[in-house]
Amino acid sequence: MAKTIKEINEKIKRGSVVVVTAEEIIDLVEKKGEKKVAQEVDVVTTGTFGPMCSSGAYLNLGHSKPRIKLGAGRAYLNDVPAYTGWAAVDIYIGAAALPDDDPRNQVFPGGFHYGGGHVIEELVAGKDIKLVGTSYGTDCYPKKKIETWINLKDVNEAVLFNPRNCYQNYNVAVNLSEKVIYTYMGILQPRLGNASYCSAGQLSPLLNDPYYKTIGIGTRILLGGGIGYVVWNGTQHNPTVKRGENGVPRFPSGTLCVMGDLKQMSPEWLRGASFTGYGATLTVGIGIPIPILNEEIIRYTAVKDEEIWAQVVDYSESYPQVKPGSLGEVNYAQLKRGKITVNNKEVPTGGLSSYAKARQIAELLKRWIKKGEFLLTEPVAPIPSAESNIHFKSMNERPI
Amino acid sequence: MQKKRIVLTFPSSLVDQPITYHLVKDYNLMINILSAKVTPREEGKLVMEVSGKKKFIDEGIQYLSNLGVNIQPLAKDITWHKEKCTHCTVCIAICPSGALALDRKEMLISFIKDRCIACELCIPACPYEAINIQF
Repeated sequence: MAKTIKEINEKIKRGSVVVVTAEEIIDLVEKKGEKKVAQEVDVVTTGTFGPMCSSGAYLNLGHSKPRIKLGAGRAYLNDVPAYTGWAAVDIYIGAAALPDDDPRNQVFPGGFHYGGGHVIEELVAGKDIKLVGTSYGTDCYPKKKIETWINLKDVNEAVLFNPRNCYQNYNVAVNLSEKVIYTYMGILQPRLGNASYCSAGQLSPLLNDPYYKTIGIGTRILLGGGIGYVVWNGTQHNPTVKRGENGVPRFPSGTLCVMGDLKQMSPEWLRGASFTGYGATLTVGIGIPIPILNEEIIRYTAVKDEEIWAQVVDYSESYPQVKPGSLGEVNYAQLKRGKITVNNKEVPTGGLSSYAKARQIAELLKRWIKKGEFLLTEPVAPIPSAESNIHFKSMNERPI
Repeated sequence: MQKKRIVLTFPSSLVDQPITYHLVKDYNLMINILSAKVTPREEGKLVMEVSGKKKFIDEGIQYLSNLGVNIQPLAKDITWHKEKCTHCTVCIAICPSGALALDRKEMLISFIKDRCIACELCIPACPYEAINIQF
C-alpha cells in the first residue's frame, strides 16, 4: 500500500501524522517488521551538523546615496573579502574566505581564527558587520568608497546558498607518516595516532535515502535552523561509487546544493569553524524529512551505523598525492565506539560531525512536522543516481 | 596525602637552580612535571603535579615563594566553554588523560578538570575554540 506526499501532508495538516527520527525507526522496524512500520509511520526525519566548506551567503545590500558599484570592485565584511563579480550591491561571502592579512600558514600551522564562516555566524546572530567597499566609479554609480555597519535586518535579500552540503558518507582519515599533519579532517597524529571521521551515520540524510528516491530538487529541508530547499545536486556529486547490498555507498558519494533565507536561521545551527593548519569554514545543521511512501523506503531509513562502511585513508601521502586504495573499511558503530583497528594497531577515533546535534535537528524537524508547521514537498526533478553517467572526475591538467 | 597541580613562573635568575630537586629531597614531595618551558635569560614556566603530606606541600610552596617563584594553582587556568562546544568529539581522540570525556550514549562531551594535565593538545584541535588555557 503506497502513500503519497499529498496524503502525508493532509495528515500533517490534520495533526495525525506519525513521525519518528532515523534513529527511532531502527528499533521500530526491528520489533515490528518493515511492512507494519511502513504502514504506521509517515515520515522519518534525518539530521546532520558538520563542517561544510562549500557554503556561503549572498546579500543584496541596498543602494547607498549616491550609489556605489561594488560589482567588480572590492567589498569586505569584517575584513573578510566577499565576491563582487555580480551587480552593484549583490555580494557573496564564502565560508572559507580569509582576511587579506591573515598569515595563513606562513607560521605553520596557521590558526585561521576568523573567516567567512564566522562572518555568517555573526550576521545570523544579529551582530553589526563592518562593510568596507571600493569601486572604480561610473556616471550612474559615482561613489568610490564606502564604510558602514550593516545588519541582517537591514539588508534586502540574505540567502544562504551552499553549492556542496550533506556529503553522503566520507573517509576516515589517518596519518601514517612520522610527523603531525594538519588537515580538513583535523589534526592527525603520526603513526596512526588517531583517526577522524565525518558523518552522522545512521541519522545522516543521504545515508537514509541512498538512491535519492525521495530527496530531490525542490525538497523542503530544515537548514541552519530555518526553512531551506534542495536546489541541485552538490558539487562533486558521485552517485556511481561502489555501494553495499543495502544500497549505501562505501565511498564519499552524493552531495546536495541547498539554499534558504538566512534571516530565518540561527547561530545555533550555523557556526564558524577554524581548522588549524587548514582554513576556516562553516558548520551547517541540516534536517531532511523522508516520506515513507512504501516498504522499500522504510528499509533504507532503518539503516544502522554498523551497516554503513567507510574507507580508512592515509592523509599524509595517499590523499594529497591522489594515490588510490584504502587501508581498509570500518563501520560507523566501530567509529562511534571510539577505537578502530588499522594495520593491526588500535587507533582512537574522534568525529567532526556532531551526532548529538544531528539528533537535536532530527527531533526539531519532527516537532515542526507534528505541529503542522512543516509540509513535505514533492521534488520537481530527481538528483542523478547510481544509474546515471556521473562520476567525480579529477582535473584534466593540460599544459598551456 | 594530598595532590596539587601548580603552575610555577620563575624569573631568569632562578633558572639554573635545582628547584625540583629541593622539593623532592627537602620536602619529601613526589613531583610529576607535566610541562616545562625553560629558556636562558627568560622567564621559566613549570607545570607540575605535587603529591605528599599537606604540611610538606605547604612548606614546599612557601620555599618556592621565598625564592621569588610565582605559584598559581593549575585548575583555574583551563576553561572549557560549554556554550561553544558542538560535541563533535574530535578532541576525544587527542586528549591523553581523559579530561575531555564522552558519554557515548548521549554523545555529549564533558570536561573533567581534575584529569587535565594541561598538555594543550586539544586547543588547536577544537574547531570552535571551546577550550582555552591561560597560564
